[in-house]
Amino acid sequence: MGLREFVVRRLVQLVFTFWAFFTLLFVLFRLVPGDPTSMFLLDGMTPEQREQRIAELGLDQPLHIQYVSYIEQLLTGDFGQSFIYREPVIDIIVVRFMNTIVLMGTALFFAYLIGVTFGALMGWWRGSRFERGGIIVTLIARSSPEFWVGIVLLSVFVFWLGWFPSSGMRATGGELGGGFLQRYGSIDFLRHLFLPALTGAIVYLATPTLLMRSTMLDVLKADFVEIKKAEGLPEMTVLYKHAARNSVLPLVTVMAIATGAAMGGSVVIETVFNWPGMGREMVRAVNTNDYPIAMAAFFLMGSVVILMNFVADLAYVYLDPRVEYE
Amino acid sequence: MSTDTDTTPQGAVTGLEKRIEQLRDGVGVFKGDRLGQIGIALILVFVFVGVFARPITIEFLNVTIPGLAPHDPNARAVGGRLEPPSLAHPLGTTQLGRDVFSQLIAGTRVTLLVGSLAAFMAVFIGTNVGLISAYYGGWVDDVLMRITDIVYAVPFLPFAIVLVAIVGSSIVNIIGAIVLILWRSTARVIRSQVLSHKQRPYVESAEAIGASDIRIMYKHILPNVLPLAFLYAAFAVGYAVIAEASLSFLGFGDPNMLSWGEMIFTVYTADAIRQAWWWVFPPGIAITLFVMSVFFIGRTLEKVINPELRHQE
Repeated sequence: MGLREFVVRRLVQLVFTFWAFFTLLFVLFRLVPGDPTSMFLLDGMTPEQREQRIAELGLDQPLHIQYVSYIEQLLTGDFGQSFIYREPVIDIIVVRFMNTIVLMGTALFFAYLIGVTFGALMGWWRGSRFERGGIIVTLIARSSPEFWVGIVLLSVFVFWLGWFPSSGMRATGGELGGGFLQRYGSIDFLRHLFLPALTGAIVYLATPTLLMRSTMLDVLKADFVEIKKAEGLPEMTVLYKHAARNSVLPLVTVMAIATGAAMGGSVVIETVFNWPGMGREMVRAVNTNDYPIAMAAFFLMGSVVILMNFVADLAYVYLDPRVEYE
Repeated sequence: MSTDTDTTPQGAVTGLEKRIEQLRDGVGVFKGDRLGQIGIALILVFVFVGVFARPITIEFLNVTIPGLAPHDPNARAVGGRLEPPSLAHPLGTTQLGRDVFSQLIAGTRVTLLVGSLAAFMAVFIGTNVGLISAYYGGWVDDVLMRITDIVYAVPFLPFAIVLVAIVGSSIVNIIGAIVLILWRSTARVIRSQVLSHKQRPYVESAEAIGASDIRIMYKHILPNVLPLAFLYAAFAVGYAVIAEASLSFLGFGDPNMLSWGEMIFTVYTADAIRQAWWWVFPPGIAITLFVMSVFFIGRTLEKVINPELRHQE
């Protein structure tokens, strides 16, 4: 099978996965035990209002018609109205989504930057005390739930040392700038960003570190490393230019999985630090029965995971010519 | 990540003697691995505390074994409100005057319950899916693997939140939500192992004698992939416990079963996190220690299965 055929097949699979995910969402939010329409209604409505609302939402239609119009709505980005904000869901969720991307993107970036460096050094100095200590520290970081790491950082850096603000995304009264840089580039914003991003970085650090270390150990066995060393190149040159470069490949696949985990992690981290992102919004929406918001948030999170899986598969075959398309 | 385990084929092993040999080999690896020993020791402590957390009455012997928890974890005002640690309350009290130490001990049970049940069910489903998928191949394989792909597309924690919010937050539903996602990694990994075993002579000879599919799958192939299933079970325990703790922390825990995550949720909602360190830190440390010990055991199991890893340290 050629590359082109592989990409086409993978694209078909992508569409299929998206369809299955849409259907899962539909089933989850409509076919639940009890009266499925009740979750779309507010308390204290008169019977007439209820009827009207049900007709408005199309909930009196047969299920298959509901299903078709549901798919249409998703594809056009129409997630309906929030029950609480009384605004279109899409307007609310897009802002929250950006905030989440900025937070988790920063966290993942640092997790991989530090993880790859740390893991490469651990592999390079194998058998040393540095390596053994490193493994234990990494395993402890991986064993800690996100909220727990967040709480420890909060206790130390906010309650004890008082270095950072405890919650939110900007100081109260901070002006919402119009441009992207004004919004996400201010010192105030970065001070708010630091702890939640660090929390994510610590939790997601373990995977790239351990993986980088073990692939490093494999690469170091290869002859070309010995040859480069024998050529008399400085140790660090061999490490970075030759050994580490060849070990990075497996990390590509894992990054997709990490993004998926980060979507779930955002829910917890944003709750701990009161970050106005999609995860916290989702928890709030579920707690207040604001189902259109909850559904849109879940939809976006799943979409990110599906797309990242797709990107990882393509990147992998593109980067490694030895991979066979199966 | 456990995804990088590339287990070396172990060949066709069926005799009891070889099994014992394998077991001895495994014990040997654990004997030489400090982290694995720490993991096992910690887990034994947790199991002991979990089992004897509350008084146990054995009806027909008419005896009651006293519980480890000094107070009823839910009894209000056994002490003052938000008392720092003292002799009477080694870990202080909550905002309702409940004994934190007793809550911590009682919470061990929930963690053990969720961890073991969820991991067992997830690995049970995953192993069967992987085994059936690889053994039958063809459309069966296609269908099962597409389902696995779809489950891989679902974000774990958000899914659990929505499901639990819809069907209600009982411990059974929480375990169910975790299992529905957690089986996927085992299914993929067992499938690829079975695919390689299918080609081996021992399977072909079993087929030649006329053994049934069920017999070949469960009697011949399964024992050879079981060690890998154990490894995934160890990691699954860790992930399940983290998931339950996270769900409880977000307020979706079973209100009738006090867990460590729920303790931290209560500190948060009571707005006591700033002063009551004795209330926040013990459950958090307990979660980390528990998950850490199963990961330590998992790491050692990895070495048992993949001898190549033994020379890495």
